[in-house]
Amino acid sequence: MRDPRAQNNPNKSAAPEKLDRRSTGKILRRLGGYMLRHWYLIIIAVAFTLLSNQLALMGPQFSGDAIDAIAAEGGVDMDAVLYNVKWMVICYAAAAVLSYVLAATMIFLSQRIVYSMRKELFEKLTTLPVGYFDTHATGDIISRISYDIDTLNSSLSHDLVQVMASIYTVLGSLIFMWQISKPMILVFVVTVPASILFTRFRAKKVRPLFRARSHKLGELNGYAEEMLSGTRTIRAYNREDEIVSRFDGRNFEAVEAYYKAEYYGATLGPTVNFINNLSISLITILGGILLMFSTNGTVVAGSLFFITIGGVSKFVQYSRKFAGPINEFANILHEFQSACSAADRIFKVLDEEPEKPDAEGAKAVTDVRGDVSLEHVKFGYVPEKTIIHDLTLRARPGQTVAIVGPTGAGKTTVINLLMRFYDAEGGAIMIDGDDIYNIARDLLRASYTMVLQDTWLFYGTIYENIAYGCDGATREQVVEAAKAARIHSFIESLPEGYDTLLSDDGVNISKGQKQLITIARAMLPKTSMLILDEATSNVDSRTEVNIQKAMNRLMEGRTCFVIAHRLSTVRNADLIVVVKDGRITEQGNHEELMRLGGFYSTLYNSQFD
Amino acid sequence: MKLILKYLKPFYRRMSLGLGIKVLGTVVELVLPLILSYILGTVILSGDVWRIVLFGGLMVLCAAAACVLNIIANRMAARVARNFSEKIRHDLFDRTMRLSARQTDKFTIPSLESRLTTDTYNTHHFVGMMQRMGVRAPILLIGGLGITLFMDPMLALVMIAALPFIFVTVFFVSRRGVPLYTRVQGSVDGMIRVVREDSQGIRVIKALSRAEHEHARYDAVNRALVADEKRAGLTMGVVNPIMTFLMNLGSTLVVLLGANLVMGNRSAPETIIAFMQYFTQISMAMMTLTRIFVMYTKSSASARRIEEVLATEEDLATESEEKYPVRADEPYIVFDHVSFSYKGKRNNLTDISFTLERGGSLGIIGATGSGKTTLISLLMRFYDVDSGSIRIGGRDIRTIPGDELHTMFGVALQNDFLYADTVAENIRFGRDIDDAAMHKAAAIAQAADFIDGFPDGYEHMLSAKGTNVSGGQKQRLLIARAVAAEPDILILDDSSSALDYKTDANLRRALAEHMGNTTTVTVAQRVSSVMGCDLIIVLEDGEIVDMGDHEKLLRDCEIYREISDSQMGGAIVE
Repeated sequence: MRDPRAQNNPNKSAAPEKLDRRSTGKILRRLGGYMLRHWYLIIIAVAFTLLSNQLALMGPQFSGDAIDAIAAEGGVDMDAVLYNVKWMVICYAAAAVLSYVLAATMIFLSQRIVYSMRKELFEKLTTLPVGYFDTHATGDIISRISYDIDTLNSSLSHDLVQVMASIYTVLGSLIFMWQISKPMILVFVVTVPASILFTRFRAKKVRPLFRARSHKLGELNGYAEEMLSGTRTIRAYNREDEIVSRFDGRNFEAVEAYYKAEYYGATLGPTVNFINNLSISLITILGGILLMFSTNGTVVAGSLFFITIGGVSKFVQYSRKFAGPINEFANILHEFQSACSAADRIFKVLDEEPEKPDAEGAKAVTDVRGDVSLEHVKFGYVPEKTIIHDLTLRARPGQTVAIVGPTGAGKTTVINLLMRFYDAEGGAIMIDGDDIYNIARDLLRASYTMVLQDTWLFYGTIYENIAYGCDGATREQVVEAAKAARIHSFIESLPEGYDTLLSDDGVNISKGQKQLITIARAMLPKTSMLILDEATSNVDSRTEVNIQKAMNRLMEGRTCFVIAHRLSTVRNADLIVVVKDGRITEQGNHEELMRLGGFYSTLYNSQFD
Repeated sequence: MKLILKYLKPFYRRMSLGLGIKVLGTVVELVLPLILSYILGTVILSGDVWRIVLFGGLMVLCAAAACVLNIIANRMAARVARNFSEKIRHDLFDRTMRLSARQTDKFTIPSLESRLTTDTYNTHHFVGMMQRMGVRAPILLIGGLGITLFMDPMLALVMIAALPFIFVTVFFVSRRGVPLYTRVQGSVDGMIRVVREDSQGIRVIKALSRAEHEHARYDAVNRALVADEKRAGLTMGVVNPIMTFLMNLGSTLVVLLGANLVMGNRSAPETIIAFMQYFTQISMAMMTLTRIFVMYTKSSASARRIEEVLATEEDLATESEEKYPVRADEPYIVFDHVSFSYKGKRNNLTDISFTLERGGSLGIIGATGSGKTTLISLLMRFYDVDSGSIRIGGRDIRTIPGDELHTMFGVALQNDFLYADTVAENIRFGRDIDDAAMHKAAAIAQAADFIDGFPDGYEHMLSAKGTNVSGGQKQRLLIARAVAAEPDILILDDSSSALDYKTDANLRRALAEHMGNTTTVTVAQRVSSVMGCDLIIVLEDGEIVDMGDHEKLLRDCEIYREISDSQMGGAIVE
């Protein structure tokens, strides 16, 4: 099945392979930026790690001394044993406390990063144009803000500190090994580059797989979200099996993508481990030979190649210490791949073009009279398909303009343009003589009140939902608005009245009632312009008659744009424009248009058929 | 956790094979130090360079074998994890789709969504990790304990004495940890809710310039989530230090006791040295086990949330016909003194009774919130009646199996949904409907014209929720979907509200012409949409005020007259 979102949005195309190395570099640099914001926590974390490593090393030191005291010539030195045992306990206790403090620091660090990333991502979302949400699946957006950020975080904060702390171990062991035997270090000259080359080679191969993994999970999420919103219809048609089998397809793709990444990723750890074991084997061979020559006197004591048995065993031990972090690096790199692809998906959103910033010197309108004119406006959602061809109309302050036309003619599009949800391609829209592109967008929008056909209520009380548009609305004002919208008595009949929580798709409230609540919401702000897009389509006509008084009051003195099918709402408008195929075909008031005998009159008369 | 085990059961064989390979790989790797000490201790003395190289080569061979075996085992583990997740997610989605409306309301959609995604992801991750890391550690642990027991049982017992304390710690922490992670997931639900709501309501938010307000709302859920995660993390973080400390304390006791034993000549210093080395190995293994344990806690919180959904009892089960006997010789659809309440407090429908003949048409009209949608929800058995009964063809709908019942209907609901797929797919809705039937349906629904207007016709892609077609087009596609399978009962719930009168009238005419044998239930606010119906019910506050045909109601029913007047241009609005 094809995905229309991919068509609409070429830059979101399903091409996970495209992440080249340069962009990985960029991602890493950006991630570095996030870490640096919390540099002090990172320093603390690294310091604690080093300290607790040190303590963890000191414990065995004391225990070694204690054992030496046990094995002391001339019997057990009990005083020394007790002394060391005391210090062991102290060290271990301190190490325990410190490691908890370290764990806590890590939690604070990672939670701070996650918090700020989620915040940034969400706030970015609110700046994106409406079109982004029209073309991206909600479930995919959710997947980015939950799964991808979690993935990123779990590898980022933990691994970074791990890496930094282990550099200390690596360097330390290297120095010790250098002191013991220089020729034997040569082994690492072979094996370390082998590790690096191998991991790089693997990473390149695995990277697109991890990208696919994030991508597929996002798609699965998108599908699940979509279908969960339609459970009733699916049930009504008994299509559960069908939908589940389609889900299965996507589910398989998602787990398969996960598996593929794991399948190839699974070679990384064991292989690097192998290389480490290889170096130990080589060291053993080399060390064995050197040791043999040293013991039989071929190599003289003090020369470069001389080594003792203790030297070999220590060297092996240090080389294990040295290999440990390198092994860890390989594992981290594996996780890092998934972090990178998650980061990429997050950055994609952060890099989305936000709504165009206000033009320079954009006017801060406060006192809008509501003189709106559209001049030769042209617009299409996709460049190749123009919806509005050439639209010109004028609404004077206080006038009501009704937009009528067959469905799909572009009526709602006009509203989208007035509110600047989308920007027109050609022509101009003016308010009080100012081009709306020269007006601060927030203030432009704030000068409208809007009631849409698609009611939107959020998880909160009825009171909060009504007061939403108007900061500091008092309880009385809210009740007043609800009364005007004829929803007060219904709300009062609910056990918790205005404090009733509206959960999603709340069962106890019908669509018409939802619409009345949004009408009540619109009653509160005092603006000079009003948009009613099928504002009462779900309200029964008797209630509509009842709220008409309130609607009239709402419309009084404001410039109104009304889209309605009920022509009773339309007939009183000062100006009626008939939009057909993105052009105005008729305009005038009710009487004029009836006399004209065109589309409007046919439409009007059809309700009496 | 029972859930995870249950789902892993089919893979036990493959898992044991994988684990066996992993054990082999681990053992081969553990041989390396033995060879090493053999070379340094014995081979060197022979003075034969080639023997050193030979045994060195053996080490390399072992290392390579370990590498290969580990890779194979890891891949097998990944495969098990994949199949496990696929199954569990399938079952969860399947159950979710079959939850009754009431159950879905209770879980809420954001929560169901996060259970399907993050929770199944957590369990997936755990199953994979457990297989990869859960082998080596127990081998090292048990092996280490075994060897030390063999070496000096008394000293070993001192160390083993630490284990009960560790288990107690683990037990208590996990008892606290599971609810904490459950809370974390609950907060994830909350966060998803806000993101979901705002994605859907972006127009309103922008229109009212409420971005700041939404930031604050999101910030609250974000903070709550972070706080819960911190609390869970800080609690779980206790395990590792305590465990390490207890183990180390054990080792200190070993030294102390060992000193006494050596003093009493009951043990040798070498034993203590070897002991300490194994001890390091044992505590490393314990550390890995704690990591697995933390993952376990997290995933068992998730598993519980998944199980909650899976274990939800089948609501609206099919009842026996003994309980609700079939009635012969009665009209096709019968509502018999039906009452219903969503929340059990206030009746949403009270004592509804009416009958409708096969092929007849019913119109339901009434004020906003009068119970129109509720009535048809009951007919389709989204909910069960509280009292009374609803019968189709003489059978109580509670006795009709769900899949049989639901294939009777063609519905266009009020909050109906279109999804990201082609127009054709949205009309077919996964049913077996041929092109001719689909075209006919589109023609009846008055949708053929605009579909043909798309450059790619029926192959035109809709976006999620059909945001790329207008409200009226959406409704017509939904009606086309409803009539496409020529259902026994056609339900149109306010499904032509966005159509202009002309299109609506054409639609009525086409429906009457082509769907004559279909029993039709139309919920509407327009009198014109229902005036042709055989029976019209006027609802008010969940009760039938009056019913009859258009003429009768115009004559007898004041409310109906009012509605009619308000729409027919009769009542001039101020």
